[in-house]
Amino acid sequence: MQAQVEKEVKCYHCGDVCGKDEIVVTEKHFCCDGCKLVYEMLQENGLCTYYQLEKNPGIKLKAAQHERFSYLNDASVQSQLIQFQNNEVSKATFEIPAIHCASCIWLLENLFKLREGILGSEVNFIRKETTITYDHRAISLKQVVELLASIGYEPSISLEGAPKATNRQEKLFYYRLGVAGFAFGNIMLLSFPEYLSAGSFIEQHFVRFFAWINLILALPVFFFSSSVFFTSAYESLKRRQLNLDVPLALGILVLFGRTVFEIVAHTGAGYADSLAGLVFLLLVGRWFQGRTYERLSFERNYKHYFPVAVTRMNKGREEQVTLDKLAVGDKIVVRNEELVPADAVLLKGEANINYSFVTGEAEPVARSLGQIIFAGGRQEGCTIELQLTKQVSQSYLTGLWNHKAFEKQREDITTFSNKVSRYFTPALLLVAVLTFAYWAFTDIPKAFDAFTAILIVACPCALALSSPFLLGNAMAILGKNKLYLKDTTVIERLSAINEVVFDKTGTITLAGNKDIVYSAGVMPDDQQALVKALVRHSNHPLSSRLRQYLGNNGTYDVKQFSEVPGKGISGLVNGIKVKLGSAAFVDLTESLSGGIAETRVWVSFNGVPKGYYAFTNQYRPELKEVVAALKEHYTLSLISGDNEGEKTKLQQYFGQEVAMHFKQSPHEKLHYIEQLQQQGKKVLMLGDGLNDAGALKQSDAGISVSDNINNFSPACDAILDASQFGKLPAMLAFSRAAKTALIFGLLISGAYNAVGLYYAVQGNLSPVVAAILMPLSSVSVVAYGVMATQLLGRKYGLLGAAANAPKVNKSVANYEIQLT
Amino acid sequence: MTAIFVLIIISLIVAVGFLVAFLWSVRNGQYKDSYTPSVRILFDNDKPSDNTHKS
Repeated sequence: MQAQVEKEVKCYHCGDVCGKDEIVVTEKHFCCDGCKLVYEMLQENGLCTYYQLEKNPGIKLKAAQHERFSYLNDASVQSQLIQFQNNEVSKATFEIPAIHCASCIWLLENLFKLREGILGSEVNFIRKETTITYDHRAISLKQVVELLASIGYEPSISLEGAPKATNRQEKLFYYRLGVAGFAFGNIMLLSFPEYLSAGSFIEQHFVRFFAWINLILALPVFFFSSSVFFTSAYESLKRRQLNLDVPLALGILVLFGRTVFEIVAHTGAGYADSLAGLVFLLLVGRWFQGRTYERLSFERNYKHYFPVAVTRMNKGREEQVTLDKLAVGDKIVVRNEELVPADAVLLKGEANINYSFVTGEAEPVARSLGQIIFAGGRQEGCTIELQLTKQVSQSYLTGLWNHKAFEKQREDITTFSNKVSRYFTPALLLVAVLTFAYWAFTDIPKAFDAFTAILIVACPCALALSSPFLLGNAMAILGKNKLYLKDTTVIERLSAINEVVFDKTGTITLAGNKDIVYSAGVMPDDQQALVKALVRHSNHPLSSRLRQYLGNNGTYDVKQFSEVPGKGISGLVNGIKVKLGSAAFVDLTESLSGGIAETRVWVSFNGVPKGYYAFTNQYRPELKEVVAALKEHYTLSLISGDNEGEKTKLQQYFGQEVAMHFKQSPHEKLHYIEQLQQQGKKVLMLGDGLNDAGALKQSDAGISVSDNINNFSPACDAILDASQFGKLPAMLAFSRAAKTALIFGLLISGAYNAVGLYYAVQGNLSPVVAAILMPLSSVSVVAYGVMATQLLGRKYGLLGAAANAPKVNKSVANYEIQLT
Repeated sequence: MTAIFVLIIISLIVAVGFLVAFLWSVRNGQYKDSYTPSVRILFDNDKPSDNTHKS
């Protein structure tokens, strides 16, 4: 076979480098059969625009097609996935993680050209979703999914309820906001004559007319728009707590009541303007605070990553069963790229398990017959047969979700503004009642006046606005720096941290990037060329890394190439039999003295072992800087599921005094965090894999570090793009500063309340004073919140020119020198 | 001056019109996806260029 490819040719479909299996059709190169098939299918249906919109847009097909979607024929599964169905048409929304470019949108929206029965499809790019309408008499749900899978867009199907309710909630919120905004604008317009001292040059009947229209406009604001505050206040009171919505709801109620009274009784113009303005601004604040990162999910548990169904052997026949029907003792079949759903014993085949979901370690591990394979691993290579030893929910990893840490919901009462509200509300009521009592002896109407006026001006709208805008903007600034927070309360929790716990693999190490060291010194160039020629033929991750490492050293033809999954590769290069792989593969019995922390690839020529390439973890280049900066404010510690092999190397980074715990199970990680918390520590956990999920959940703030934020992250409070790891200390410092700014904002809004109270207690708060004081305080507090965070963002290098400075290269240079 | 009554009522009707337009657009899902339509509009729907490569 001619394997000489001087220039690396990219696959027309997926853009991967074409290896030895290169296929050329009509002058187009393909890396594998799968890509070619997809191309031909699209070509036959006149869908080649797909390749014109973007270069190499395709997705490589991962696994061969089996009957793995047959569970979709199950009626109960269907009913959970299909949103709408009548006699002819069904509609279902699929989450398709592979959506990444304009070509994807185009192809998925032209699905109807590809298959009879599909009526239409619509892509939501940001949510990575496609809604497909199809005629279920012509095509079944299973066939739709198979069609998607056959062109590379396999949906990730999970039966964990689709978010239909939130969609309606969201719409309702926009309705409320729209109505309040509408009323606010019009009431302000009609109140204008009032501000210019009514009665002096406007006739009285106009004033009444305006007042009545204002009242009518205020009705939907009070009954529709502001209902969010009343329900929230009610919920809070039911739990015997006072959140910030209690005084807000009280203020709104009194504002409305007094407005109705004044207008009906012709005693004044009422406070309809203040009411509508207040509700509108508060809703805008909610919206600002509530904007979340739609395409990121912070609530994922293992069920989102596990398959919906697996293949079970039943009396010699294969059948598809959903995971909940699996029992201990069942025999299951796991194919290439499929996930092991529960702890099991290997019965047949050569297991080569990739635990990257669980530990963050991308290197597959080989398991032999009779050994236990833990749930969450992904098989790479041939088909294996397993016998389950545990139930899906009781396995080594998944058992973690039975822990009580996953039951409790975090109470929002811990937020700063709610804490303040706990003291604010009783104090406010006390002042109001005392004032009422004071005036009640002399002047009953004035007592009512003062009482209601206090509740109106003291309504903590400035406070309620300062926190959403300040924290919402802080969250947006962090988002620009690729730290995505679940919600704004995370900032407050981050600011309170005093202990930082690191996971090792995947969190502080570079996934996939490893240092390669050859055991026997330097290999002669001619021998390197032999190895290089061989690895070019393999797509194994280790091979491609070796290929990069070896560089360009001439090329040889390879004959009799063979690859044994999980073992190694061999071939005849330039007349020499070259073998690369595990110790056993090159006929060596490796002495396992001491824990081997590294992955080794042995080399042998003509059956004589020469040495091995050691792949050791490479730490993130920013690690040293990050550790040094964090040490100034926090105690650090490290927990890892691996053995102590790299302890001395880690101590070069962390120093001797940092606590390090190795061989920690997912449960032990969780308990470690718990112990720290019992000592009164506020813990920040940095992790990445499912085995950190418990620790992330238990910690006061859990940040998941991810190389590709769209791919995978366990349930956490925040997701950090790994490329921004070096900014972590600045981000934490920023959140501490944001908390201080928040307290200062409280003082500002408190000052406004004090001024208002001064007038209100004396019983002479005029609508004009209220109409000036309220917008003034609101606007100034909003402006303060946004400006303060902008300034802090600049100060900590998270905004502006400093944010884009190439920090990484410098730090790489630094640490190279220090280590050698 | 009584014209003001008429004018204000007309202005309110116009304002309500805009409110209804807003509510309708929310209901219609126009705020659901703010990115994909910007890509979709660039696709040529009826261009038969797809078939030029066909052998």
